Amino acid sequence: MQRKSLDIWVGLFVLIGAAALVFLALNVGNMSSLSLAKGYKVTTNFDNIGGLKPRAPVKSAGVVVGRVANIQFSDQSFKAVVTLNLDTGYKFPKDTSAKILTSGLLGEQYIGLEAGGDTNNLVGGDTIKMTQSAMVLENLISQLLFSKATDVEKDAAK
Amino acid sequence: MIAALLENLGRTSRTTVTGVGYATRMLFRIIRASGGLWRRPRLVTDQVHFIGNYSLIIVGISGLFVGFVLGLQGYYTLNKYGSEQALGLLVALSLVRELGPVVTALLFAGRAGTSLTAEIGLMKAGEQLSAMEMMAVDPIQRVVAPRFWAGVIAMPLLAALFSALGVMGGYLVGVKLIGVDEGAFWSQMQGGVDLWNDIANGVIKSAIFGVAVTFIALYQGFESQPTPEGVARATTRTVVFASLTVLFLDFLLTALMFN
Repeated sequence: MQRKSLDIWVGLFVLIGAAALVFLALNVGNMSSLSLAKGYKVTTNFDNIGGLKPRAPVKSAGVVVGRVANIQFSDQSFKAVVTLNLDTGYKFPKDTSAKILTSGLLGEQYIGLEAGGDTNNLVGGDTIKMTQSAMVLENLISQLLFSKATDVEKDAAK
Repeated sequence: MIAALLENLGRTSRTTVTGVGYATRMLFRIIRASGGLWRRPRLVTDQVHFIGNYSLIIVGISGLFVGFVLGLQGYYTLNKYGSEQALGLLVALSLVRELGPVVTALLFAGRAGTSLTAEIGLMKAGEQLSAMEMMAVDPIQRVVAPRFWAGVIAMPLLAALFSALGVMGGYLVGVKLIGVDEGAFWSQMQGGVDLWNDIANGVIKSAIFGVAVTFIALYQGFESQPTPEGVARATTRTVVFASLTVLFLDFLLTALMFN
């Protein structure tokens, strides 16, 4: 009888250790992406997502209204296809626009939604048409340099 | 004066070399005697119960509190750079790669190592080990080997528990108390922690620490002087040697696995 209860305790110990390992592998590592919250899925296409990651927040007016469910690359349109999982409680018009924004200077990137004026709402499976890509620092710098160069040329022409 | 110094140096070197020799021989004897454990797995499970189950509470609570503190301190530092979303990554990486294996091994040396040394030392002082030999029972096989394997089995499990509870502690403080975004906490963690490079390395580390700490404890007990004072000294030596070995091995393994 005592033997049996001792074995149960040892089994329990091994089980707890194994559960901890599984937790580390699944939840701390990147083996799964559990999303338990109920919501509806909306897809968006971006030219460039920058450093956006799955499970990043989707915000509207600064309030978290959903999460990024999935990010894929489409070799048809050569764009990033981002699937958003929006909370069922929030409704957005069909002509809502999506932007990739950054929180703080070094912070992580998230998607900002801006509601439009359409009377119909987005439903699961819809696509957000109007998007604005992430800011890429190199592109910004090259734009700045380019505009400076044209300014210099204009001055020289005068 | 000089002769005495020389004599001291000679004696220290000789005892050190003899000790290393004895330890190596004992390790081989343990490994050779381990085959017989398949026939009597009960001996090992009994020791897993004694070593593992009784260490659960101290390891679990320490993990939780280390996680709490990492959450607070990590937030304080990251906040200066406005990147407190990386808190999850910081907590998880420092626990899985470093603190989990090392702190668990130190606790393990204090909690399980000392009791192993004292138990075997007292068996020796009470001449129980000699009595076993008289009955043609190999004390290495009957007493030492089961404890060794139990320690090797228990240590990685305890370290994993420590890390898992630490991450939960960091989550409680970071997300629930301070208010870091929950999705960012987990997503940055999952984006940055690699299954092989980080988690598997931590498990390998903890297994090696398990071998080192358990073996040092058993060796100190087995080679202790069979007097109350000798057992006391052996127990102290277990903690000191095991802790230093763990820290040294930690540097060595980290440098080896660093890429």
